[in-house]
Amino acid sequence: MERNDMNRTSRWVVIVALAAWAAPGVAADAVSDGVVKIGVLTDMTGFYSDLAGPGSVLAVKMAVDDFGGKVLGKPVEVVSADHQNKADIASNTARKWFDENQVDIAVDMVNSGTALAVMPVAAEKKRITLLSGPATTAITGEKCTAYNIHYTYNNWALANGTGREVVKQGGDSWFFITADYVFGKSLEEDTAAVVKAAGGKVLGAVRHPQSSADFSSYLLQAQASGAKVVGMANAGADTINTIKQAKEFGVTPKQTLAGLLVFISDVNSLGLESSKGMFLTTAFYWDYDDQTRAWSKRFQDHPDNKKKAKPTMVQAGLYSAVTHYLKAVQAAGTDAADPVIARMKATPVNDFFSRGGVIGPDGLHRHDMFLAQVKTPAESKAPWDYYKIMKKIPAAEAFPSVEAQKCPLVAKK
Amino acid sequence: MQALFGQLLVGLINGSFYALLSLGLAIIFGLLNIVNFSHGALYMTGAFVAWFGLERLGIGYWGALLLSPIAVGLLGVVIERTMLRRLYQLDNLYGLLLTFGLTLIIEGIFHHQYGNSGNSYPVPEALQGGANLGFMFLPRYRAWVVVVSVAVCFASWFVIERTKLGSYLRAGTENPRLLQAFGVNVPLMFTLTFGFGVALAGFAGVMAAPIYQVSPSMGSGLIIVVFAVVVIGGMGSILGSILTGLGLGLVEGLTKYLYPPAASTVVFIIMALVLLVRPAGLFGREK
Repeated sequence: MERNDMNRTSRWVVIVALAAWAAPGVAADAVSDGVVKIGVLTDMTGFYSDLAGPGSVLAVKMAVDDFGGKVLGKPVEVVSADHQNKADIASNTARKWFDENQVDIAVDMVNSGTALAVMPVAAEKKRITLLSGPATTAITGEKCTAYNIHYTYNNWALANGTGREVVKQGGDSWFFITADYVFGKSLEEDTAAVVKAAGGKVLGAVRHPQSSADFSSYLLQAQASGAKVVGMANAGADTINTIKQAKEFGVTPKQTLAGLLVFISDVNSLGLESSKGMFLTTAFYWDYDDQTRAWSKRFQDHPDNKKKAKPTMVQAGLYSAVTHYLKAVQAAGTDAADPVIARMKATPVNDFFSRGGVIGPDGLHRHDMFLAQVKTPAESKAPWDYYKIMKKIPAAEAFPSVEAQKCPLVAKK
Repeated sequence: MQALFGQLLVGLINGSFYALLSLGLAIIFGLLNIVNFSHGALYMTGAFVAWFGLERLGIGYWGALLLSPIAVGLLGVVIERTMLRRLYQLDNLYGLLLTFGLTLIIEGIFHHQYGNSGNSYPVPEALQGGANLGFMFLPRYRAWVVVVSVAVCFASWFVIERTKLGSYLRAGTENPRLLQAFGVNVPLMFTLTFGFGVALAGFAGVMAAPIYQVSPSMGSGLIIVVFAVVVIGGMGSILGSILTGLGLGLVEGLTKYLYPPAASTVVFIIMALVLLVRPAGLFGREK
């Protein structure tokens, strides 16, 4: 890529600044185009806008501001775009960003379809993708690329955490309410396998069309099955309506709900009266320790956070991921993709989000996850006081091993 | 067998929502010849008015049951007076396009303001809990929905088909100019009819608020099914839309029990079949 014109003075400033970093062997053109540009590609108004969306953009901006707004003496810019949950819009935007707008790295991409569409574009142009929102395990499995990092969670981690731990807590018979498309079915299969491996039984499942407003029929079937646990292998509005109507039909509290893809924004919109007692797995909870509380408070009080919401795991993960990226750029002395991604994979992450997390050769960030249970209204002492953390699931148990992921890049070696 | 009975009852509950919404559409189409695509958005608006009333003004469910339809009805009056009125002379495709545009605007505003996860609306205290019928647990609120919807539907039908006011309305559809010659204020009648039709949508919105999440997209999924109901029942047929709404709820409930993955398509399969055999709909008249 052509370097833009820089006058002598600013070139000198860069050289002096770099000398001050004492980075060995760095030239003045270490940062392509004189700027590090981060593109946040997310769902700004659709299904996932509350769990990612504007909050994701904010998290990235905070990460850049906290880093000082500059890396290697060059400004860091944040741009964002709405992918509208459409794979073609996502890949076209990414292509334009990389080809015309000097964007160095594309982040978030909530919704697996958009992530899988952008990853090959980025790999072809040697740009890094840093995914926080999407869930499918294929991202670091059969569809893995050399320039991608899957940072926050994946289906396997959610299914495995909730499935195994709930069986251990005595919930040994399950019934699934599953969204009738690839995502739901794979979530159900993954979880069912874990439940059986942990000694539980699966009594049945019902598959519903995506975006069904009314779940009473399915809940009646779940009720009739007599299972102790009702696993919800669906997402978004479907999960919310399932939970709400489960309470109405008296499914809960007799049977326990297990959310396989539930975010704190969902619990917030449902209220505790409907969601209390539900088990779920999360990568992040704002009230876990002093560090998470401090960061989450800054996020919540930020003037750009219009809804004054606490961060979801997707947003917190994105902050951590972008910070890790900027540190890697600084350490590598360049924003070129190859050395930076090598550096990111070689350095363990240590911050409020990830305690000693490691990014594997397949691009999956393996870190601790948490099994949580939603509090009852009586247990909740303050706004957003929603989860009881039941257990920390260590990284090695929380995520699939590199071998299990079957990423072709790794297999070749 | 017990499970089947439960599913049928649940189907009837959904059917009563379909009936309530398709009734409003049928009244508007029957009298004004307008295909009101914004019906779903106004249903959503009704639910939001209820939620807003509770959150900000402290008006509970019972107040909302009155307030929401009035608010949505007034909004409808404004829409009719300022926009729809200009389209009566044109092909009804224009009305459809206008109301479709309105839908996008209304839903866009709510999306922008309230995000997508929606808000929770509690079941009113008097209607919490439920009864064990032996074959299923019936939440009291759902029973209330069925009773009230059916009552409102048949009251509307009675007014239109069996009273003097209704006879004016029906005459207005046949020959508005002649009716005006008899001294009836036809434009006002059209305005009020549209207002009443969408008020029914607002009413359905309040009924739905405690069951579903009050979210900006709650209307867009429902409206397609409701249109299918109107088409099956016969465009503009009042009784047809009520009976078809209830009937299709039952069919859908049955499908959810026998073969759940087809639950969202069964209504459209029936629509296709009905259009093949009786293009005017089950209760419609050929013009």
